[in-house]
Amino acid sequence: MVNRFGSLSRRVALGALLALGLGSAGAQDKSIVMASTTSTEQSGLFGHLLPIFKAATGIETKVVALGTGQALDMGRRGDADLLFVHDQVAEEKYVAEGYGIRRMPVMYNDFVLIGPKADPAGVKGSDITAALGKLAKGKTAFVSRGDKSGTHAAELRYWKAAGVAGSPKEAFAAYQECGCGMGPALNIAASTGAYVLADRGTWLSFKNRADLDIVVQGDKRLFNQYGVIVTSPTRHPHTKTTLAWTFAEWIVSPAGQKAIADYKIGGEQLFFPNAGQ
Amino acid sequence: MAEALITLDRVLLRYGTHEALRGVNLAVRRGERIAFIGANGSGKSTLLRVLHGLLPPSEGQRRVADAPRMAMLFQRPFLLRLSAEANVRVGLWLAGVRGDEARARCAEALARVGLAAEAKRPARALSGGQQQRLALARAWATRPDVLLLDEPTASLDPHAKREVELLLDELAAQGMTLLMASHQLGQVKRLAERVVYLEHGRVLADLPVQDFFDGAAPPEARLFLKGELPW
Amino acid sequence: MNAFAESLSTAWALIAGADAQLLQVVGLSLGVSGTACLLAAAFGLAAGAALAVWRFPGRRGVLVLLNTLLALPSVVVGLVVYLLLSRSGPLGEWGLLFTPGAMVVAQTILVVPVVAALTREAIAATWKANGEQLQSLGAGRATAAALLLWDERLTVLTVLLAAFGRAISEVGAVMIVGGNIAGHTRVMTTAIALETSKGDLPLALALGVVLLSVVLGLNVLIAAVRWWSTHHHGGDTGRPAEAQAATGAANG
Repeated sequence: MVNRFGSLSRRVALGALLALGLGSAGAQDKSIVMASTTSTEQSGLFGHLLPIFKAATGIETKVVALGTGQALDMGRRGDADLLFVHDQVAEEKYVAEGYGIRRMPVMYNDFVLIGPKADPAGVKGSDITAALGKLAKGKTAFVSRGDKSGTHAAELRYWKAAGVAGSPKEAFAAYQECGCGMGPALNIAASTGAYVLADRGTWLSFKNRADLDIVVQGDKRLFNQYGVIVTSPTRHPHTKTTLAWTFAEWIVSPAGQKAIADYKIGGEQLFFPNAGQ
Repeated sequence: MAEALITLDRVLLRYGTHEALRGVNLAVRRGERIAFIGANGSGKSTLLRVLHGLLPPSEGQRRVADAPRMAMLFQRPFLLRLSAEANVRVGLWLAGVRGDEARARCAEALARVGLAAEAKRPARALSGGQQQRLALARAWATRPDVLLLDEPTASLDPHAKREVELLLDELAAQGMTLLMASHQLGQVKRLAERVVYLEHGRVLADLPVQDFFDGAAPPEARLFLKGELPW
Repeated sequence: MNAFAESLSTAWALIAGADAQLLQVVGLSLGVSGTACLLAAAFGLAAGAALAVWRFPGRRGVLVLLNTLLALPSVVVGLVVYLLLSRSGPLGEWGLLFTPGAMVVAQTILVVPVVAALTREAIAATWKANGEQLQSLGAGRATAAALLLWDERLTVLTVLLAAFGRAISEVGAVMIVGGNIAGHTRVMTTAIALETSKGDLPLALALGVVLLSVVLGLNVLIAAVRWWSTHHHGGDTGRPAEAQAATGAANG
C-alpha cells in the first residue's frame, strides 16, 4: 500500500501543489469545482482521469465527494460548477427544475451484492431480485447506506422490484441503515457478516474484506449509469460555465471515453464508457 | 504652617456592607513621617490606599495640593518576569519617563539601593531583600513626593530587613514624606515622627511618636502595644 | 494487533521516504491550524485579558457563554460556516468555500473560545494578586492587562498550544467547509477519515501516527522553552530565590 500512495503522489505531483493559496478560487488559475460521489472518488477513477484532463486543457478539477443527494444540493446552492453523479431519475429532475443546462450520459459501472463467503442466506447467483426477495424473508443482516446516495436509491429500487412493499426497514428486522458512505458500510458488513449492495469500483479497492465476497453479479439491472451536468449560468451566473463545459465535452469525447476505459484495478476495467447512447 | 499635601475629610470606606474606615480625618504635610499602627483588620492598609488614591472614599473627601506623585511599596513586591533594570524602566515608563532620562534615572536608582551589579539579572531570581530593594528603586526612580509603605519588611529575614531599613532611614533623613503601616515598633520608633493608631476603621490616636510611646496613648492603644511588645 | 504493527511500519516508511503527497497534507494541516491559532490569539488573548480586568454588567453571563463555547462541536461550526460561505449564503461573494481560507475561518471560530477562556483564567488570577500594585505604579487597566499578558507569556504559550491541538485534531469543520479536495483542502484528519472509509485501516493508522508525532514534537519544543524560562527567571510563583533553592529549583 505504500506503493499505491507513492504512485498517487507521482500523478498528483503534476501541479505545483505546495502553495497554501488561502482565498478565492474565482480570480485564480483555471479551476473548476466538481461535485461527485464518494464511491466514484474512492474507486480511484479521478486520480487517473483528472491529470489526463489537466494535461490536455490546463484546467484543474477540484472534486468534492459527497453522496448523490448532497451533490445535487450543492449544485442547487451554486457551490459547484458541475456535477458527476449516478442517479438518472434525480438528475433529470434536477435539470427539469432548471439547475443544470443538460444531462449527458458518460459511463456505467455495475453494482454487486456482497456477502459472507459461506452465504448463510443462500442467495448466490445472478438474479438480484430473487436474491433480495430471499434476504427479506430471512434473518441474515443487510447493511444499507441510507444516505440518499445513488447507490442507496438503486438499492431501494431493487427491493421494490423484489416485492418488498414500503420501506425495507419495516419489512424485515435484520435491515440496518448506517447513514454512511460505501466504505464504512462495507466495514460494518465485514465486521458483522452482513450482506451489502456495493458498486464494483469501491469493492475492488476495498481492503478490509474479512470474510466477504461477491455473491450476485452480472444482472443487467445492476448496471449503474453516470451522467455529467453543468450548472446553469442563468441560475448561478458566477459559476465557471465555459471551463465546466470543457470538461463535459471532453469526458464524452473519444479521448475522455478512452481514458475511462483505460482505468483498471488489478487488470479489471471498472467503468464502461457509453456516451451518446 | 505648611499647607497639607493630602487631606482626608470625614472619609468613610465601605467594602460591600463592611465599613473598613469610619469618619477618618487626617492631614499629611510635606516631609512628615507618619506610622499607622493597629491590629490586622483595623483599616491601616485601607487607609494607606485611600491616601495614595488607589481607593476612592465611599463618603467624605480626599483633597491633594499640587498633584503630588505617589509611590507605594507592598509587603510582597510584584516584579515582572524581566530583568531588574527592566522592572525599573517599566515603572518609569508608566510614570511617563522615557528614553535617555529613563535610562539615567534607572541606573541611579539601582545604584542607590545597591543593586547596580544585579541590573541584568532576572528580577524573580533575586533574594527577598533584593526584591524589596528593587521595588524601592522602582518607586524612588519616579521621584515621588510621597512614599507609602505597607508592611515593607514583614516578609523579610532579619538581614534583608536591615538592608531595607537602612535605605528607608536614608530616605527619611533626606526629607522624603513617608507614610508607613507597620507592626515593627522598633522601625516605627526610629523612622516616624507621628503615630496614628487605628481600631475597627477609626482613628483612636494621632500623636507625636514620643508622646505615643511615653504614655499619652489611649487605653486601647496601650493594650495593643502590650500585645505587640516582644518578650 | 496486526493492523497496529503494519501501520507503525507504514508510518515509518512514509516519514522516512518523505512522500511528497504526505508532506503536502502535513504542510497544509500545519498551515491551516497554525494560521487559525494566530488569528485566534489576536482576538482571544485580548478578549480574555479584557474579561479578566474589566467589570461590566452582564459579565457573568458572558463568562457562562464563553465556557459553553469551549465545547462547540466542530461539525456544528463547520455547518454554520458552510452556510455562511455557500454561494447562496450571505458571504458567498467571497468565494472562500472549499479553499484553505474557509478552513482557517472555521478553525479560528472553533478555537477563539479556548484561547479566551484559558487566558481569562490565567490573567484573572494574576490580576487579583497583583493588579493593585500595577495600578499603584500608574497603569490603567488596558496597560495592566497588556503587561500581565507579557508577564504570563509562558502560560499564554501553553494556551496557544492547547488551541493548536484542538484545531489540528478536528475533522468535522474542515471536512464540511474544505470538501477534502485532493491536493487542495485535504489535511491529516480528513485524509485519515478518507482512508478509514476506504477500508485502508493500516494507512489511516499510519497517518494518525504521523499526526501524533507532529503534535508531540511541538509539545516537546514548548516544554523545552518552559524549562529554560523557569530556570532563567527563577520560577513561576515569584517566590524569592532562597525559598526556591530550598525546594530544589535551580537559580538563574
